[in-house]
Amino acid sequence: MTFRKTLVLAGVTVFSAAGDSMLAVGMKHLASVSLHDPASLIFAVLNPWVACGVLLLLAFLASYMTALSFADLTYVLPATSLSYVLVALIGRFGFHESVSSARWLGIAFVTMGVGFVAGGPSVSHARETRPQDVRPQEVQP
Amino acid sequence: MNHLYEWLAIVLITVAATTGDVLLSYSMKRVGDVAELRRRVGTLSVIVRVLSRPTFLLGIAAFAVAFYSLLFGLSKGDLSLVVPASASLTFVANAVVARIFLHERVGRRRWIAALLVAAGVALMAF
Repeated sequence: MTFRKTLVLAGVTVFSAAGDSMLAVGMKHLASVSLHDPASLIFAVLNPWVACGVLLLLAFLASYMTALSFADLTYVLPATSLSYVLVALIGRFGFHESVSSARWLGIAFVTMGVGFVAGGPSVSHARETRPQDVRPQEVQP
Repeated sequence: MNHLYEWLAIVLITVAATTGDVLLSYSMKRVGDVAELRRRVGTLSVIVRVLSRPTFLLGIAAFAVAFYSLLFGLSKGDLSLVVPASASLTFVANAVVARIFLHERVGRRRWIAALLVAAGVALMAF
């Protein structure tokens, strides 16, 4: 795991937590979205908080795709799950939600899980989905 | 009624997010290491290669479904239930599905990691 790859995984973690928090702020500002009014769900993205959250989630998507290009899905997901710890901390210190002892225990579990997967190899599968190095134009006579 | 909608959103998010994760992971494995590829063929070519994969576009569509289910869930329920519950279920679902469809070797270390994270995320709901 090089420094660049660690940085990409850190990006996935931070962008995801920040994006989700922005969405939560935005949706709390809006009136309750109803199933009977699907348009309200679509126009929710016009709220500045939600829009900001969407931008952050796009940054998340870019770093997530980069991570998936060099590591297994079953590696990337636990390795970036510290974002849930970040969400809990943002909830506690940003939104003044109360964090119960069960939630602190959950945070400890997630952290252990991250340590577990990070100690193993990042790619370990039978290479059925090998990168396609041969471009079509090179094959044609 | 809101409680039912909350759990409906959680199930929808889990199914859509798992589908999206697998499709995206499959696409990016076919494309190859993005940083390495960029050095060889340039950024634009990498973007074109990613965007021209049908599985990538399907994956994004699945994420869009997951995103709107999340917005719906957040408007009905608590951030501190909807996000951890759907994420927890997604971790376990992904470990199973990655093994079947992506042929990843989910060894003991990864199972323990996935279950620890899923349990930890579930605990955060309380």
